[in-house]
Amino acid sequence: MDFLNEHLLSIMVFAPVVGMAVIWLVAKSDNVVKWIAAVATAVPLVLAVYLFNTYDRKAEVDPTLSLSPAKIDEVRSKNQKAIIDYAMKYNAWAAEVRRRGEDAAALRLEGDEKGNVVGIPAETVRAWYQSTASHDPAKWDKRHGLQFVERAVWFNVQIAGLSWAKFNVEYFVGVDGTSIAMILLTALISFICIFASWENIKKHIKGYFCMFLLLETGMMGVFCALDFFLFFIFWDVMLLPMYFLIGVWGGPRKEYAAIKFFLYTFAGGVLMLLAMIAIYYGSQSTSFDPRYGQPFFKLADGSLVQHTFNLMDLAYANSWSTASLLGMDFAKVIWVALFIGFAIKIPMFPFHTWLPDAHVEAPTAISVILAGILLKMGTYGIFRMNFPLFAEATKWASGAMVVFGAINILYGAFCAMAQKDLKKLVAYSSISHMGFCLLGMAAVTPAGMNGAMFQMFNHGCITAMLFLLVGVIYDRVHHRQIEGFGGLASKMPVYTAFTGFAFFAAMGLPGLSGFISEALVFLGAFQEFQLATVLSAIGIIITAAYLLWTIQRMFLGPVTDRVLAYEKEGHLHEINLREVGTLAPLAVMVIVFGFYPAPVLDLFKSGMQGLTTLVASSTGIMPNVVLAAVGG
Amino acid sequence: MHATSDLAHETLRLIPLLPLIGAALNGFFGFHLQRRFGERPVGLIAVFASLGAFAVAVAAVARLAGLPVDSRSLVDHVWTLFDVGQYLDMGELHVNLAFHLDPLSAVMVLVVTGVGSLIHIYSMGYMHGDKSYWRFFSYLNLFMFAMLLLVLGDNFIVMFFGWEGVGLCSYLLIGFWYSNRDYAKAGMKAFVVNRVGDFGFLAGLLTLVWGLSDVARQPQEKIRSAHAAVIAAEVRFDAHHGVNAHVKKKTYDAKAITARSMPDHRVVAGSLAFRTLESRKGELEILRQRKLLGLGFLTIVCICFFIGACGKSAQIPLYTWLPDAMAGPTPVSALIHAATMVTAGVYMVARLNFLFALSNGAMTVVTVVGALTALFAATIGFFQYDIKKVLAYSTVSQLGFMFMGVGSGAFAMGIFHLMTHAFFKACLFLGAGSIILGMHHRQDMREMGGIKKYMKATWLTFLVATVTIAGIPPLAGFASKDEILWNLFRNANTIVPGELIWAIAWLTAGCTAFYMFRLYYMTFTGDNRALAASKHAEAHGHGHDAHDAHSDGHHALTEIHESPKTMTIPLMILAGLSLVAGFFQMPFVTHFFDAWMEPVFRGTAHLVQNHKPYGHGIEAGLAIASVAIALVGILVVARRFYKDNASSVPARMLANPRWAAVHRVLHNKYYVDEAYDAAVVRPTVQATEAFARFDLRVIDFLVNMWSPIGRFFAWVHGLADKYVVDGLVDALANGTIAAGRKLKTVQTGRIQNYALGVLVGVVALSLALVAVL
Repeated sequence: MDFLNEHLLSIMVFAPVVGMAVIWLVAKSDNVVKWIAAVATAVPLVLAVYLFNTYDRKAEVDPTLSLSPAKIDEVRSKNQKAIIDYAMKYNAWAAEVRRRGEDAAALRLEGDEKGNVVGIPAETVRAWYQSTASHDPAKWDKRHGLQFVERAVWFNVQIAGLSWAKFNVEYFVGVDGTSIAMILLTALISFICIFASWENIKKHIKGYFCMFLLLETGMMGVFCALDFFLFFIFWDVMLLPMYFLIGVWGGPRKEYAAIKFFLYTFAGGVLMLLAMIAIYYGSQSTSFDPRYGQPFFKLADGSLVQHTFNLMDLAYANSWSTASLLGMDFAKVIWVALFIGFAIKIPMFPFHTWLPDAHVEAPTAISVILAGILLKMGTYGIFRMNFPLFAEATKWASGAMVVFGAINILYGAFCAMAQKDLKKLVAYSSISHMGFCLLGMAAVTPAGMNGAMFQMFNHGCITAMLFLLVGVIYDRVHHRQIEGFGGLASKMPVYTAFTGFAFFAAMGLPGLSGFISEALVFLGAFQEFQLATVLSAIGIIITAAYLLWTIQRMFLGPVTDRVLAYEKEGHLHEINLREVGTLAPLAVMVIVFGFYPAPVLDLFKSGMQGLTTLVASSTGIMPNVVLAAVGG
Repeated sequence: MHATSDLAHETLRLIPLLPLIGAALNGFFGFHLQRRFGERPVGLIAVFASLGAFAVAVAAVARLAGLPVDSRSLVDHVWTLFDVGQYLDMGELHVNLAFHLDPLSAVMVLVVTGVGSLIHIYSMGYMHGDKSYWRFFSYLNLFMFAMLLLVLGDNFIVMFFGWEGVGLCSYLLIGFWYSNRDYAKAGMKAFVVNRVGDFGFLAGLLTLVWGLSDVARQPQEKIRSAHAAVIAAEVRFDAHHGVNAHVKKKTYDAKAITARSMPDHRVVAGSLAFRTLESRKGELEILRQRKLLGLGFLTIVCICFFIGACGKSAQIPLYTWLPDAMAGPTPVSALIHAATMVTAGVYMVARLNFLFALSNGAMTVVTVVGALTALFAATIGFFQYDIKKVLAYSTVSQLGFMFMGVGSGAFAMGIFHLMTHAFFKACLFLGAGSIILGMHHRQDMREMGGIKKYMKATWLTFLVATVTIAGIPPLAGFASKDEILWNLFRNANTIVPGELIWAIAWLTAGCTAFYMFRLYYMTFTGDNRALAASKHAEAHGHGHDAHDAHSDGHHALTEIHESPKTMTIPLMILAGLSLVAGFFQMPFVTHFFDAWMEPVFRGTAHLVQNHKPYGHGIEAGLAIASVAIALVGILVVARRFYKDNASSVPARMLANPRWAAVHRVLHNKYYVDEAYDAAVVRPTVQATEAFARFDLRVIDFLVNMWSPIGRFFAWVHGLADKYVVDGLVDALANGTIAAGRKLKTVQTGRIQNYALGVLVGVVALSLALVAVL
């Protein structure tokens, strides 16, 4: 059990890829392939449920994070004082070193032996330690709600002896509530999608399931990684199988859709890569130990380094050292680069056009993964990177994010209404619903943030149902044109009931989980942005209109001749048990969390607390003060 | 009225839960039950679920009534729905799944479960023979569940659960016979129009929460002094007026004032419960003084909420869905579209009396919209032929009366009319259903007539309900309507003079009598026209086959039968209630209802009771006037229709072109549907298509454009490679050709090559960049 608890996340991340290897090496028949894939996705699912249950929702968090605004102001000014103090002392010390023209290493030694450092009294050193004590890496885990942490140095290389080409990369995984929600979603939907692919993948079955499992490892990794480099690796691991899954097993325009998807996401990835490198070299610790001679980050093995990819360090023990980039504020430039990288994934208007194409061409299960999980990576990335790393820039950009969120909601809804292809309609509805995530998080209020996180989870469940349902009808009659149906309710009542349920869930009907998250988003966003929120709320009318209109055209009214023809040809059999099995777990979750959302919402508490406080209270003075003092 | 004094009563949750269980049982197993055991167990499950809820409700209300007047409040906290942001003062929210029973919700719960149970029983007869019997009862139970959430909800969110839930059930039941395209469309229309209202509800809620959380950050002293001022006003009012003229006079001692002291901010902040919001008097007072968009802050909030009420309760401009909603089975029209769901808006305004009373502007809007809707809908009701359509417009009109009641500050009387209306309108609808069944699914009154002879029980109960709605004393309709009229007349809250609104309402009362008795005469007196027509057809030897193709599949009517007992007994009970319910609150006689409701509206009494000093003489005069105009309405119909009930419109009227034009406009409902279609629906659809085109031709074009650009550069690169490099550096020719080949493969679009190239380039560039820096 200890082993399990200590390596839970690694097992979850790598179980699918192990399954892939097994399939590759031993599986002969198609059925064996499928069952191995099922087992390989069942393992993370079981562990995800275990994780969901064992994650300590009540874990003590740093009390300084639960503060009233007045208290925050107080702490903030105290921190600024401490930092200015610290920077000035650092300056004095550095000047002393320079004045003496002595070797910093010798000074360090001297400090070690005598208990104080040249030119600086011992009590000041102690004060430094105390002022930086809250940045002790050992305490971060709990502080930000991180649990199940695994941390080790992955590689720590210096290329060709160049001092700047030194990379410190850690294998650092851990979860807070936000990641757990995403991991549970990923595990569940992946497992379901194995069964959704069971019968309708007919060619290269082995290749399909191998790619599928690799994809799951990539997705799991993204949601677990807490080292930027590791995150990026998983991000790209996820990309490649997706390209093949669309490009090989997709519909008529699969090549076009696959290349478009790949290039678009990759373009975002390139921005992210650039940002990552800039972040690495721009990082500068706020922990300072005279013995080391300069600000340092502490790696898992205890070695001290100058730069880091560690996201927790970057967020909470870091001050950006570079004042400007391309003539603009460093943080803002990097923020925008990262944001565009993630916005493509969400997808945010105007970067969304890959989505309808990819969805329409991808096989059902892959559409489900795409909409249910991959889109969440965009918003998750913004939460994990943009918010904590660049709290101040986030505040600066929140107005723009709100505008784009509102555009997504309305634009997606309007476009959805005009679609003739059911799958495209659902794809555009995804764009619309992801707008809620943007809207909620941009407000940086507790309700908005919680709502956005919960919306990610709920949209995952609901949109997965929608795409599965589109797949059900497509498997039968091999088209998805809304006009091609009529009066289906009389012929496929159970299918109609499920579709109606999923549609009402997508509409945000109270009692179903989507409502809670949308309500929280609205309540949270309205505190900060009234006009944009009210405009977004018009989206609920449009959404109801296009979904009900679709039900009306496809399912209600008299049975059309075409549907009768399908029936005569024997295509129109009712939804089968396997298909119901893929839908039912999602439906149950949608209902349960609609009335009793506490288990998920409680997850977010610990992780969200620090983040909201950080961003909402950020003034952006800290880095500049340090720069002003140190740079001289 | 404070959180601390509320008693826990854990059986409250059973009231909505029982119908939910019923709905689930029938929803999941009903199909098989019906196939294996027939209709009876399906119907019984639903009926007992509803009756069970009624029994629990009665017990709970009995306990409530047993409590002292000042502490009549029972709460059942089930669990926390969401609780975010206690760690910061900004926008924190705490919302429970909790139920609250007070005198107001008690009345609603009894009406919903009581009338609901009767309609369930009635439906067992009415829906007999339908293949989706189970589905009907599942929906009906689900509706009860949602409606009970709505009225029992302790806070805005739970109320909204019910609010949308009833909308869903309404949608499902209007389109119950979904293979009829028009019925399905009517359901869709109802839901979408209601969504417009929901938008208003949401906007109101958001604005209110925003305002309150902003005010909560004010210095506590400021809030405390505002609170103290409000309490002082209340106490002053109590000292001078008593609580209500006819309610036992109370003197408020120091203890009572302390009980009204300011709630602890840490307890109430972030709560969306009505009880706690109501107790934040100081903050509401500060909010009242604020402005938003040039209007009072609370005026905006209340108008937003009222837009929600307009959607649900079918008021101008969102009433158009209700007449179409008659597509649903008739018991549904009775339960959802007459007695309960459509009154949710009225209930909400009464529930939010502590907000509405703070804004004269909002009260005026409510009253005026109610008055206009009442008159407008009544006039449309003049010349409809479909019996259910007449009743639908009548419902819209009566809902207008209720809004006039609550809008003029007579909250209790608005609810009283809601209750009596539930009795007599349910009776009318169920009676209409009985007739429709007796006439073999005919709804057109031009085919009816003479039903009196064939359906005695239906006739008698229908007559009682018709007299009740017409406002003849001492029946329930008179009592509640007269209370509203009197309160309108002496009301001084609305900006528009109360006497003027009274005049509109008074006129509408006459119209009501007119169209209801027109309906009565056309349906019950004279000879039956459908019967006569089919006899006539038979006599002339028309074969059924030829005829059926043209008459919507109607078989010729050969006999009219009375409905079974399951249907007539609920009718009798409802008629009985229509007869006696007025005595809860009969002008000049009893004031029981007002006294029962008093604790709910006590907090706003000092705001709305500044009535004009009209004496009892005027009150009596107005009562006589309202009876008189009702009698005039009845007499006009009697003259026009009693003898000539076959003609739906007096022939003399149609002969006059001016009257014919009036008739045409009224019969076509002022062409409002057509106007909405042209002004809203079609432009929206066109806009969506424009958006989709823009997406495809502009946004996607900008993306795809990179493909030719990329290929162009690759081509240039290839040419340069071939001619420049190759031509100049002969010696490297072979190598270049190889490179050229490689680049050509790049052009073929193999993604791995792109990816590798980009990756290498980026890494190199960034390393160089860092080196320079």
